[in-house]
Amino acid sequence: MLRAKYQTGLVFFPAFDWAISPTHPEREERLLYTQDQIMEEGLLDIDGIHELKAEVVEIKDVQRVHFCVPDPWKIMTESHFISAGGAKTIGRAVMEKQIDRGFALVRPPGHHAMRVIHGGRGFCNVNNEAIMIEYLRRAYGVKRVAIIDTDCHHGDGTQDIYWHDRDTLFISIHQDGRTLYPGSGMSDEAGGPNAYGATLNIPLPPYTSQEGFIYAIQEAVLPILDEFKPELVVNSAGQDNHFTDPLTNMNFCAQGYARMTSLLKPDIAVLEGGYSIEGALPYVNVGIILAMSGIDYCHVCEPDYNPEHLRQTGAITADIKMACQRVLQTWRNRKAVREKRCENKTVEERSRSIFYDTDGFYEKQLETIQLCRDCSGALKIDSRADRGAHVLAVHIPVNACPACINVANQWYETADLKNFDAIYLQDRPEDAYRVRKK
Amino acid sequence: MIIGLDVGGTHTDVVLLDAGGLQNRVKVRTDASDLFSTVLTGLNRITEKIDPQQITRTVLSTTLTTNAIVEKKLSPVGMIVTCGPGIHPDNYRTGDHFYIVGGGIDHSGREIQALNEDQVMDAAEKMRADGISHVGVVGKFSTRNPDHENKIVRLIESGFDKVFPGHRISGNFSFPRRIATTFLNASIYPIHKKFFTAIKKSLEEKGIRAPIYILKADGGTMDLDTSIDFPGQSILSGPAASVMGSVAFAEDPSETIVLDIGGTTTDMAVLINRVPVLVPNGIEISGFKTHIRALHTRSIGLGGDSAVRIRSGELTIGPDRIGPAMAYGGAAPTPTDALFVLEKVNDGNLESATRGIKAIADEMGVSAEAAARDIFDKTCRLILEKAGEMVEKINSKPVYTVREALEGHRINPDHLLVLGGPAPHFAKHFQKISDYKVKKVPQWDVANAIGAALSRTTCEVSLFVDTYRCRAMAPEENFSERVNPRISLAEVQEMAHELLLQKAMREGAAPGNFETDVLESLEFNMIRNFQLIGRNIRVKIQVRPGLRHDYHEITRMINNGPEKDN
Repeated sequence: MLRAKYQTGLVFFPAFDWAISPTHPEREERLLYTQDQIMEEGLLDIDGIHELKAEVVEIKDVQRVHFCVPDPWKIMTESHFISAGGAKTIGRAVMEKQIDRGFALVRPPGHHAMRVIHGGRGFCNVNNEAIMIEYLRRAYGVKRVAIIDTDCHHGDGTQDIYWHDRDTLFISIHQDGRTLYPGSGMSDEAGGPNAYGATLNIPLPPYTSQEGFIYAIQEAVLPILDEFKPELVVNSAGQDNHFTDPLTNMNFCAQGYARMTSLLKPDIAVLEGGYSIEGALPYVNVGIILAMSGIDYCHVCEPDYNPEHLRQTGAITADIKMACQRVLQTWRNRKAVREKRCENKTVEERSRSIFYDTDGFYEKQLETIQLCRDCSGALKIDSRADRGAHVLAVHIPVNACPACINVANQWYETADLKNFDAIYLQDRPEDAYRVRKK
Repeated sequence: MIIGLDVGGTHTDVVLLDAGGLQNRVKVRTDASDLFSTVLTGLNRITEKIDPQQITRTVLSTTLTTNAIVEKKLSPVGMIVTCGPGIHPDNYRTGDHFYIVGGGIDHSGREIQALNEDQVMDAAEKMRADGISHVGVVGKFSTRNPDHENKIVRLIESGFDKVFPGHRISGNFSFPRRIATTFLNASIYPIHKKFFTAIKKSLEEKGIRAPIYILKADGGTMDLDTSIDFPGQSILSGPAASVMGSVAFAEDPSETIVLDIGGTTTDMAVLINRVPVLVPNGIEISGFKTHIRALHTRSIGLGGDSAVRIRSGELTIGPDRIGPAMAYGGAAPTPTDALFVLEKVNDGNLESATRGIKAIADEMGVSAEAAARDIFDKTCRLILEKAGEMVEKINSKPVYTVREALEGHRINPDHLLVLGGPAPHFAKHFQKISDYKVKKVPQWDVANAIGAALSRTTCEVSLFVDTYRCRAMAPEENFSERVNPRISLAEVQEMAHELLLQKAMREGAAPGNFETDVLESLEFNMIRNFQLIGRNIRVKIQVRPGLRHDYHEITRMINNGPEKDN
């Protein structure tokens, strides 16, 4: 009889009554055939695989991570509360040792949602992984967390949230941003001055196949994980690197996903993208679930899988080697770079423009980070969406030193309300969220 | 007049009902080694001095198939299994004579690998050489497309007594459960057929030609002919009989826990507005997870005959039964003996009962009465605790849509219905120690047989429509029809309803005896290359488990009978 080697929890929330629009890739039908396959394979009957019921996240959980403009109710539908809740359920079950590992098979996805949110980006509104992780930090005192984002699109939302957080290692492996939405995720994007090197990007050329993905995992991701020594490994498990995905150009497969999962050994996996709903998702998800639970997956493959047709060229292999070398170098030099960037300065600013493709508008941000050797640094974001709201968001990180707490509180209290529609304070040490409004 | 018969572990209960209520009741000692004579004795005794013409229906709930499975007295069965990608079917091997052949169907019913007919023929030849006469044929996703299973049946059926295609078992997903259920069904087919053909013959010899029904695990009935092909449905009908015997006496509306307190075990179930809760998938028996629809019942090792002990200073009750209560000649003290000491029961040997309880009392350092009170109280509290766990388990079932997740209806029963031999004493104490509104079921010691007698025919239909392929399918019903691509969800529901009625009538339902539930009704736009190409519609519908249309009068009379003052 089949028996899971690792007690594995599954939350399945296919949101059969939610879509962005009727013909949108992110629609009701997306996980339908995946559910059929999981049910037909009888995965939920296997000894050691446990189906858990998704909970609904609370506003407080969301506000630990996001500044929702004007408020969470305008940003989130009921599905978002449950989808993030599914991730939280898995995270909690892992921490409570009810399960060894878990997979939240939920939609809508979340990894393009940044810290400040004015609307939907890349089919995402709130960041499921970050909401889950920050809940676990609050409830269980977890400190060091690694997020490995294997979605084909760069996880720019998660990167933004953890850009200044030296306790969260974020590694994204994705199709080169020059060829795919959202366009970011280059090798030189490696985090803010206080946390340089805790954000790492491995852009892969189009048509990368199993060989390339596994190479990047084995040669770059695993050695870095080994050194970082996280308490928890979270996998943003996008499935759109698949050779049949309609939105991307990669050549990955179900066997590859299963193998990658068994190498990464994530404590928690959360579904992200993946839009080949008939040809890929049913097989990829079965592969991932079997790999997580430690059950043989060698017979899981797509009906039209032919590894000969998916072989990558030598040029691609060489590109991937380069990307891995660059990321390892960034990682090795991180401490020196942090020192250098903090020299002779008290703050660093960056300004950028963020496009909300799902809702169709731009946001302009001016971000100020307090340079600090003792904590992740007080953070202030002046944000204006071109459709209206202009807000100031102040963040006190969970590990903040007294000096940074002071600075952040001053920013919040002394900002002039004449200039903003609202001023927010995310006070993580106090687990509080405050708003000043006209 | 209706005969209801329920075979239990110790006793077989038989009742005779008519519009005037309970006309007669018989208890026969169950002889597990000769169930046929047990059932026949019961039937003979209940029909003594009755005009055979007056019998309109006989409903039987037996442990025949359950025992065969639990005791592994199964006849050898061959299996031919097709698979395609996924978990390897070798993991679901049912024993020897298990053959995996090439062929695959995907989740949408498309052939992804042609059937390897040579391998089918090879397997058939080997099975014939091994003397196999019954064969199960199961394919992954055969409920989406039964072509491969049907083809295998055609190829080999001439060489065997009977071939069982898996898609006829259930419209639900789960290939491993389909394999297990088909295997069990084929394994118990010969004994079931032999047994009930003989029963039918015996009844006919007595001049009773009224239809015979078999009780199923979901608390419904099926006629004997249907049961011949699907004997698996009769597994574990025992707990269902008790639940159905309670249905008429539950408040409506209410959420009620039913407790059937027996000698070895207490069986529990939940009624919501008089409708029993079903298990989400199917029952599990002897390690086989099946597609057999069943009531959500839980059996715990706590009953009137559970062994009472002191273990490291702690009073424990059950989960085992050593024998009958000491009051009835047993060797170890039991809760029933406690009832003797408390002078609630007196039809046995009080001295022996007291001796048993006294031994426990001495270890506890209290009087025999105090120990008896503790034992009985603890038994009752443990039963209620386990009942609470069952409710929690039902509530933990995940849901898949926004609406369901937010509504998050949790059952929260506040009524208790108690039946089984010692029901009156337990009911009284449950009332004392809990907030439940407690009632004992009238005729509590034969309510199970009454339940069997009054249950209606139940069945379920899953209909699947793919408007892109203009096809409506219910492989379980052997149904496949071309449909207009514009067909609406309401029309699909109507079609499913029609199929359900036909099936129910075929399996012995009385006309006009339908209460149906739509269990699933989903419609998905199918988008390919950003174009809407069709819709994927799924409707699952059931005849709600419940009592036949003619029960009201009967149960009203039973309720007004001598045990009226609960």
